[in-house]
Amino acid sequence: MVSGLTISERQRSMAVLIVLAVIGLVMAAAGANRADPMQAHGFLVLLFSLGVLCFVLNGYFEPEPSATRLTSYYDDPSKAGIVIAMLWAVFGMFIGDWVAWLLAFPDMTFDAAWSSFGRLRPAHTTGVIFGFGGNALIATSFHVMQRTSRARLPDQFSPWFVLIGYNLFCLLAVSGYFLGITQSKEYAEPEWYADIWLVIVWVTYLVLYLRTLARRKEPHIYVANWYYLAFILVVAILHVVNNLAVPASFAGAKSYSLFSGVQDAMTQWWYGHNAVAFFLTAGFLGMMYYYLPKRAGRPIYSYRMSIIGFWGITFFYMWAGSHHLHYTALPQWVQTLGMTFSVMLLVPSWIAAANALLTLNGAWDKVRDDATLRFMMMAAIFYGLSTFEGSFMAIRSVNALSHYTDWTIGHVHAGAMGWVALITFGSIYAVVPWLWKRERMYSPVLVEAHFWLALAGTLIYVFAMWNSGIIQGLMWRTYNDSGTLTYSFLDSMVAMHPYYVARAIGGLLFLIGAIVGCYNIWMTIRRPSGASALTDDALLPANLQPAE
Amino acid sequence: MFGTHYRIERKSIMLAVAIMVVASIGGLIEIAPLFTIDDTVESDPKMRVYTPLELAGRNIYIREGCYACHSQMIRTLQDEVERYGPYSLAVESKYDHPMLWGSKRTGPDLARLGGKYSDQWHTAHLKNPRDVVPQSIMPRYNWLSESQLQTKYLGDDLRALRAVGVPYTDAMIENATADAVAQASPDDDTAGLVKRYGEATQIRSFDGDKGTVSEMDALVAYLQVLGKLSDAAHQPPAPTK
Amino acid sequence: MDIAHHTLVAFAKSFGLFYLLAMAAVALLYACWPGNRSRFDKAARDIIEDEDKPWR
Repeated sequence: MVSGLTISERQRSMAVLIVLAVIGLVMAAAGANRADPMQAHGFLVLLFSLGVLCFVLNGYFEPEPSATRLTSYYDDPSKAGIVIAMLWAVFGMFIGDWVAWLLAFPDMTFDAAWSSFGRLRPAHTTGVIFGFGGNALIATSFHVMQRTSRARLPDQFSPWFVLIGYNLFCLLAVSGYFLGITQSKEYAEPEWYADIWLVIVWVTYLVLYLRTLARRKEPHIYVANWYYLAFILVVAILHVVNNLAVPASFAGAKSYSLFSGVQDAMTQWWYGHNAVAFFLTAGFLGMMYYYLPKRAGRPIYSYRMSIIGFWGITFFYMWAGSHHLHYTALPQWVQTLGMTFSVMLLVPSWIAAANALLTLNGAWDKVRDDATLRFMMMAAIFYGLSTFEGSFMAIRSVNALSHYTDWTIGHVHAGAMGWVALITFGSIYAVVPWLWKRERMYSPVLVEAHFWLALAGTLIYVFAMWNSGIIQGLMWRTYNDSGTLTYSFLDSMVAMHPYYVARAIGGLLFLIGAIVGCYNIWMTIRRPSGASALTDDALLPANLQPAE
Repeated sequence: MFGTHYRIERKSIMLAVAIMVVASIGGLIEIAPLFTIDDTVESDPKMRVYTPLELAGRNIYIREGCYACHSQMIRTLQDEVERYGPYSLAVESKYDHPMLWGSKRTGPDLARLGGKYSDQWHTAHLKNPRDVVPQSIMPRYNWLSESQLQTKYLGDDLRALRAVGVPYTDAMIENATADAVAQASPDDDTAGLVKRYGEATQIRSFDGDKGTVSEMDALVAYLQVLGKLSDAAHQPPAPTK
Repeated sequence: MDIAHHTLVAFAKSFGLFYLLAMAAVALLYACWPGNRSRFDKAARDIIEDEDKPWR
C-alpha cells in the first residue's frame, strides 16, 4: 500500500507520524509525572504512530507509482476502511452481547475494574457507532464521492490521514473507557485531547471531500454527496459545541464541561439526537442513495423526493433533541418544540424510506434472489419503522411511559441493527466485489445466511426490549386499590430477566452473522480475480493483499 | 476553463454553507434562550458546592459509568414523585459539570439517594450488591475499598470548575487536598473544612476504615450528598424576583 | 436580563416559524422547478451507467 504513495507523500506521512510520536511521548511523560491515566494514552499514541511509521519505512524504498495511477480511482483507503469497519463490528458487537449477558447474569465477568458493566457499555456503543459505522462511512464516502464526481481523490495522503487518524481516535476512546477515562457525555465520552485530535482529522476529511467535489465534471452534485457532506459538516459542529470543556490540567485526562445542569442536558441531547440524525441517518442515507440504485440497476425512484427529504431532515432534526428531556427540569416550551418537530420529522424520514422501496418496484425478483439487495430493502423498512417509532415516542404522554425503560433501548437497536447495520452490510457486500475486482462475493450462500441471522437477531432483540420496556413502564406506574404503588423497583427488575436473556440471544445471532460476513469478505479478497473481472485489472498489483 | 472550475467549486461551497446555515439555526434558536434562563428558574442562594471529597466521588461515579443505569432526574410525574421524592429542579444541578441526569433506569433513580441508606449499607452494597439485595444485577465494585484516593491534584479540579462557573473560593482551592482527607477523618481537625463548606458537611469515615481515604470513601460521600446540596425542591417555590 | 430571555424566546417562537416556512418553500421550489428536471434525471441515471474511470 505504501508503494502506491509518491515519495513526497511518503515523506509527509513520516513527518506527521514523527510529530505524533513526539506528542505521544510528551503526553506519556506529563501523565507519568502526575500518575494520571493520560500516561497510558501517551504510550498508546506513541506505539501507534511508531507502528504505522515502521509500516511506511518498510515500503519507503519501493519504486514510485507510475503516472497511470491517475487514470483510475484511488481505492486503497476504501479497501482498508472496509476491513477495519468489519473488525470494529465484531469487536463492538461482541462487547455489546457481553454486556447484554451481564444484565441477565451480572457475575459473568472478570473481577477487575476494566470489565465492569459501566466501562464496557461505552466500549460497545463507541465500537459499533464510531468504529463500525464511522469507518464504513469514511470508506464508502471515498468510494462514492469519486464515482459520483467522476474525479480521483485530489491526493493520496489525506485519505490515509483521515482513515488512520480516525481510528486512532476510536482506539483512544475505547481504551479510555477501560482505563476509566470518560467525560460521561453519552456518545461523546472521549476526553479533551482525543476530541481535539478528532477535530483535526475531521477538518481534513471535510477539506478532502470539498476538494474532490471541486474536481468533478458535472456541475450538479449527486444527492448522495449532499448527505455525506451534511454528515461531515454537522457532526463537526455538534462535536465542537458539545465537547467544550476546561481540562483540570493539561497534564491530565480529566476535564470539566463548560455547561452545567439544564444547559448541559439540552446541549448533550441536542448533540445526542443529532448524532443519530447526521451520523447514523444522513451518512447512511448517502450510502443508500448510491448503493441501492446501483445494485438494483435502476435509478432512484424520485430524485426530487430525495432533495426534499434531505432539507427536511437537515432542518427538522436540529429541533428534536429536547424530546429526550420530557417532564424534566427543562422549560416546557422547549419540550413542546422538540415534540412537534419530532412528529414532523416523520415526513422527510418516510420520504426517504418510500423512495428506497419504490426504487425496488419492478425489481422485486432481484430482491428475492439477491441477499445483498435484500439487506438494503430490509434496512429501508427498518428505517421507516424506527423513524415512526421515534416520532411516536417523542410524544410527551408516550414518553412518560417509555422514557428510562428498555423501550428506548429497543428503539435504538431497531435503528442501529435494523437500519444502520443492515444498510452497511448490504453496501459492503455490494462494494467489496467492485473494489477488489471480483465477479461476486466468495459465497452468496453465506451472504444469505448472514441476512437471516441478522434479521432474526434484530427481531428477537427488538421484540424482547419492547416487551420488557412496556412492562417496566407499566409496573413503575401501577397503583393498587389503596392508592399506593404496587411494585417495588426490584419487582420490575426481576420481571425483566427472561427478556434480558432473549435479548442477549438475539444479539448473539447478530454477532455470529457479522463473523460470517467477515469470513466471506476475507475469502472474497483472497480469491484470485475472476475471468470476467471488471475493468482495468492490469493496473492492479499482481499480488493484491487485503488491508491489514 | 478557470471559469468553469470556479463555478463548480463555488457550488459545492454553497451547498456546504447552506447545510451549515439550515442546520445550525435550529439548534441556536432552541438552545440560545437556555443560556439566559437562570433568571427565570428558581434560585437557591443557600446552595452548597461539592466538597473536594464529594467531587472526587462524583468523578468515580463518572469513571465507572454509573450514569448508564441510574438517572438523577425525577420527572414531574406522580408515580416518580411517590417513588423517589420531590421532582428535580433545574437549580439542583446548577453546579453539575457535566449533568448526570441519565437516560435509562436499569437501576433506580438516585437524585434523592443521600441519607436514604447507611454508610455501611452502601459500602457492603458496592462491594457485592448481591450480599445486600440478592436479586440485584449491579456490578461489584470491591476494588474501590482497596484503591487509595488520589487527592494530590484536587485543587486543579476545583480551579477548572471555578473557571466554568462554580463559586469555589481561593481558600477552597488551596486546601482542596487537606479538606478531602479531613472529611473522611473525623478525628482530625475539621474546623477549616466546616468553615469553608458549611455546617451541613458530612464528616465521617464513610467506608468504616479510619486509617485511609479510599475511593470507597469518596464515592459513598458523594452518594450520601445526592439531593442534599439544596433544599429548594422540598420548599414551596420561592417567589421570583 | 429577564427581558432578554423573553425576547429570545419570543424571537425563537416567531422567527422560527417563518424561517421554517421559507425554508420549505425554497426547498420545494428548487426540487420541483421544471428547469431542473433534466439535470436531476441525468444525475439519477448517471450513477447507474458510470464507466469506472475518472474524467481526467
